[in-house]
Amino acid sequence: MPGRVISLERPAEQLNEEMLIQRVRDGEHDLFYELIHPYERRIYAAAFAILRNEADAEDVAQEALLKAFKHIGQFRSESRFSTWLIQITINEARMRIRRSHANIMEPIDGRQGDGQDGEGSYTPRDFADWREIPSETLERNEVRQKLAEALAGLGQIYREVFVLRDMQHLSIEETAKTLGISAASVKTRLLRARLMLRDLLAPGLGGAWGSRLSFEKGTKPW
Amino acid sequence: MVVNCETVWLEVSNYIDGEVESELRVAIEEHIRGCQGCAAVVAGTRNVIEIYGDERMLEVPFGFSQRLHRRLDADMPKSRRSFLGWMVAAAAAVLVAGSFEITRLTSHRADVPSQVAQHGTGVPPEMKVVAAETGKLFHVPGCTYIVATDKLRPMTAREAYKEGYSPCVHCLKKYLASADGVHPIDG
Repeated sequence: MPGRVISLERPAEQLNEEMLIQRVRDGEHDLFYELIHPYERRIYAAAFAILRNEADAEDVAQEALLKAFKHIGQFRSESRFSTWLIQITINEARMRIRRSHANIMEPIDGRQGDGQDGEGSYTPRDFADWREIPSETLERNEVRQKLAEALAGLGQIYREVFVLRDMQHLSIEETAKTLGISAASVKTRLLRARLMLRDLLAPGLGGAWGSRLSFEKGTKPW
Repeated sequence: MVVNCETVWLEVSNYIDGEVESELRVAIEEHIRGCQGCAAVVAGTRNVIEIYGDERMLEVPFGFSQRLHRRLDADMPKSRRSFLGWMVAAAAAVLVAGSFEITRLTSHRADVPSQVAQHGTGVPPEMKVVAAETGKLFHVPGCTYIVATDKLRPMTAREAYKEGYSPCVHCLKKYLASADGVHPIDG
């Protein structure tokens, strides 16, 4: 798939990363900054995907990286370091939600009743033709804002899977392990997340947003 | 094999990820050719994956990295060298002290330090660097840590600082280490 996989870790970098991890474990703590630098944005994005609040996401990202530093001795090389960091971040974000009793699980369209685990089928509701992505789409702040709002509108179980798989580019297996669910559940939730986002975005990105972009949060312009 | 619309909707995600058997793939492609609605669903789903997979969707708030480092600085214990590291450092110190003493005893020349022996003062203001429109850091051209590759703009380090970019801690490390954390370019 064109542009689908962006691997941040080439073999040489992996070797360098393993060396850095060992040196941090041996007491060269300042190297921790270098170790986490390539992943800072991904850590924040993972936290934001769950919390949907910039301040909370930043706080959780900081907490998660502190925790990663304190427990770096427990990191086992069978998983990628980036995946391990994201797993810690997801856990921290979930704990934050539990603590605040703000368990926001409502989906965009109230369909969650057809299977809490995302096992029910999903029927596309909108067949607007969205064949082309304008190359400048992401250059526009208002479009990025709408993409963020659409993502934030997904139920948490779908948002988590979508963010890990399609934004963080984790594999199905890594996503399943990070979230503590089966690979089959990952695939089912991913399907629903992608289709729900397409339903939300296709009419607008298919053309309507080209001219006017005024709509209030929570309402659709089409 | 012939598939209907429901099967396409159920398998669209696996189809795009390349995780369906070849027979089913062919059947889906055959169906899409004759079904405008399903063709729109597949194309739109593919667009969703592509557009959200763009690195520009992973933006962080301005100053995120600096605040993160301050927080880690506050809570992390300071670096300690390994035993071997200490031994090497101690040996180096003895050698340096010894060489100074030998120099002092064998030479009467004034101690004029070489210009290249001076401590660095940060990133040279006129150094040619690059920065991405959507990035927060500036880099030496060709730095492997450039994440955002969109619209890389050449500029001087002075201009980069003025525009609010921070130096990459990898490719510009040698300047930062010698700058002692002080903003090297003042106006």
